[in-house]
Amino acid sequence: MTFLLSPEQDAIQRAARVFVRDQLPVAHLRALRDAGDALGLSRERWRAAAELGWAGIAIADAHGGAGLGVVELGLILEECGRTLAPTPLLSTSLLGAGALAAAASPEAATILEAIARGERLVALAHEEQPRFAPYRVATTARRADGGVWRLDGAKVAVLDGVAADHLVVVARVTGGPGDRAGLALFLVDAGAPGLTVERRSRVDSRGCAAVTLADVRVPATRCLVGAAPGDGAPTGADVLDRLIARATAALCAEMLGGMQEAFDRTIAYLEERKQFGVPIGSFQALKHRAAHLFCELELTRSVVRAALVAVDAGAADAAILVAAAKAKASATYVDVTAEAIQLHGGIGATDDLDIGLFYKRARACELTFGDAAYHRDRFGQLQGY
Amino acid sequence: MSPPAPDDVDAPEALAAFRAEVRAWLEENCPPSLRTPATSAEEVWGGRRATFPSDDARRWLERCAARGYTAPTWPRGYGGAGLSAAQARVLEQEQRALGCRRPLVSFGVWMLGPVLLEFGSDAQKAEHLPPIARGEIRWCQGYSEPGAGSDLASLQTRAVRDGDDFVVDGAKVWTSFADKSDMMFCLVRTNPDAPKHAGISFLLIDMAAPGVSVRPITLISGSSPFCETRFDGVRVPARNLVGTLDGGWTIAKRLLEHERSVISLMRDAAPEDTETLAAMARRCLGVTADGRIADPILRDEVIAADVDFLCNRLTLQRSREAAQAGRGPGAESSMFKLYGTELSKRRKDLRVRLAGYQGLGWDGDGYTAAELQVTRDWLRSRASSIEGGTSEIQLNIIAKRVLGLPD
Repeated sequence: MTFLLSPEQDAIQRAARVFVRDQLPVAHLRALRDAGDALGLSRERWRAAAELGWAGIAIADAHGGAGLGVVELGLILEECGRTLAPTPLLSTSLLGAGALAAAASPEAATILEAIARGERLVALAHEEQPRFAPYRVATTARRADGGVWRLDGAKVAVLDGVAADHLVVVARVTGGPGDRAGLALFLVDAGAPGLTVERRSRVDSRGCAAVTLADVRVPATRCLVGAAPGDGAPTGADVLDRLIARATAALCAEMLGGMQEAFDRTIAYLEERKQFGVPIGSFQALKHRAAHLFCELELTRSVVRAALVAVDAGAADAAILVAAAKAKASATYVDVTAEAIQLHGGIGATDDLDIGLFYKRARACELTFGDAAYHRDRFGQLQGY
Repeated sequence: MSPPAPDDVDAPEALAAFRAEVRAWLEENCPPSLRTPATSAEEVWGGRRATFPSDDARRWLERCAARGYTAPTWPRGYGGAGLSAAQARVLEQEQRALGCRRPLVSFGVWMLGPVLLEFGSDAQKAEHLPPIARGEIRWCQGYSEPGAGSDLASLQTRAVRDGDDFVVDGAKVWTSFADKSDMMFCLVRTNPDAPKHAGISFLLIDMAAPGVSVRPITLISGSSPFCETRFDGVRVPARNLVGTLDGGWTIAKRLLEHERSVISLMRDAAPEDTETLAAMARRCLGVTADGRIADPILRDEVIAADVDFLCNRLTLQRSREAAQAGRGPGAESSMFKLYGTELSKRRKDLRVRLAGYQGLGWDGDGYTAAELQVTRDWLRSRASSIEGGTSEIQLNIIAKRVLGLPD
């Protein structure tokens, strides 16, 4: 069985639904936005979520986590998607913790335990281009005396970068931008000399930063994954690929929750709103649009779930399914929310209603880790088209 | 005789044992010549005038029928194998793994059988189900009429009680294979005074009865299995009424759900063409130095169509898993009918554009059989989103029955 939830998974999702409803409703995102909150999230509520086991859900038991997979993480993110809940699940619990788990250092283990307790936030500083291009990394890491690394470069679109206590920085040891080989992952503290973290305000009101590194010194022990560790050990690019595949699948789960919520709210509005003396949902022109969206949503649900399961199982076709899921989810989330605005009429275009917030989040999710066109191309490339 | 509790046969160990048993049986009984995909000319439809492409095909049908594998989930007493849904899935998987052809292609098995099991009398089940499962009687579907398409319930074919018979007058259209079938399951108006949905009955008609005449229909794609069937004073025994008098609409709708599921399952099971879209694109458009389909715009169309094909297949799989957990085909069958046919049209349209001028061939010299098939399939596909309920009707059903939007 691929698609039916186990009783344990069902329990995780139901608990998440209750917590999100009580602690992280859409009003929570609005409050952060209206207050101009620099972090873009609440550390206090994250600690409460950590008590439910969210923070360490994908961290190994040995480091204080639950040792579960992206399927379970995805169930929580799906619920978060329903209320646009700003959490560091992707940045910290999946990407940051994933990078730290790939390192064998005692310090990484200590940080993982702090992450699982909800006390520490970590962001991945990876991207440098105006759109997703995983290997186009120009940030350099040069070896200096005493095994110290010196990092120079600039990063964009660092999710939860302002809130993070540590950054995992992807830097190039050898080769040039575009080369897959030669990438390594480094751990850098938020206050490190030479590091500048600037907030970037975005349409989806989520925490995001631009980062510059000017001769940032990193001790050898804080090189989490080397560019060419040898002995068959995974390289920086191997670990990066795996982190991005997992994060992409997990983001698709959040997108699924968001599109389902926007769709449900739209159907409710079609039943409630009256014009010409009847509910507007009785008009065939609108019914057909709603039914089309329903089909796209159901197809998206299937491929997203299949991708999550394949990633956890390490299936041979996992990369293909992730590409298909992100291609489909990107298109459907934007379509559903754009249609949601139109079907709500004038009120849908106002900030009074939440629908517009889902549309903005859809656009941000679409561009994160590659848009639909990027993933269609990848889907073809992986299969030799 | 009560069937074993589903928990027993569906337990993982029991299913694994069943899988081994099925695999061994198929290995031993499916003739090697039938382990390749069947062309439409090689399909076995059964019936009194059955034709078989080979002796192996006849043997394969006989062996499957003897074991109940032509209708795996039907009770043993009616020619089935009494399998649970999960066991039937195992059987299907093993047949697919071995490349076994379907022993029988049958509207009787797919459409009539399930509704007879649900609505038929014991006598009707005993009379009709076993010959269907053995492939001895071939059935066609009498639903649409010249004046009743999307508004099916406005059908006008009349059946008037006269002694032990009904006398049927009227016409049916789009009856696939009416010219090759032995019997028709047919919707008739038995009460012209009742509201249109409440005056319809479900009747089983012998196509050999006096007064039945059949005319084939030519489509934009050329000759077709579709026919127009006329009834002029045709006498039908009253025992051939399924369900209650004037209560046929409920049965009719249930049968449509089975029909839609079957259409989508068939499309899912069969590779739609021997050459994949991507392979065809490579052949027709050439490849770049790094091995990719040369035209980037058509390449993206091919990929987008493949992504949606994958999503549709996964959704069918999800629906099957839900069905195994205890839900029959519901309104979501409308989604599969809608999406499956719209996607199929898109893919066949794309094939002709990939083929270029060779996609314009109608017949004769200068075109391969495969090229001509691509063209005919493209034209034929235009009707797929009309037959079995138009896409617009499916959207209405989804809006009403799934989304609950008001009338």
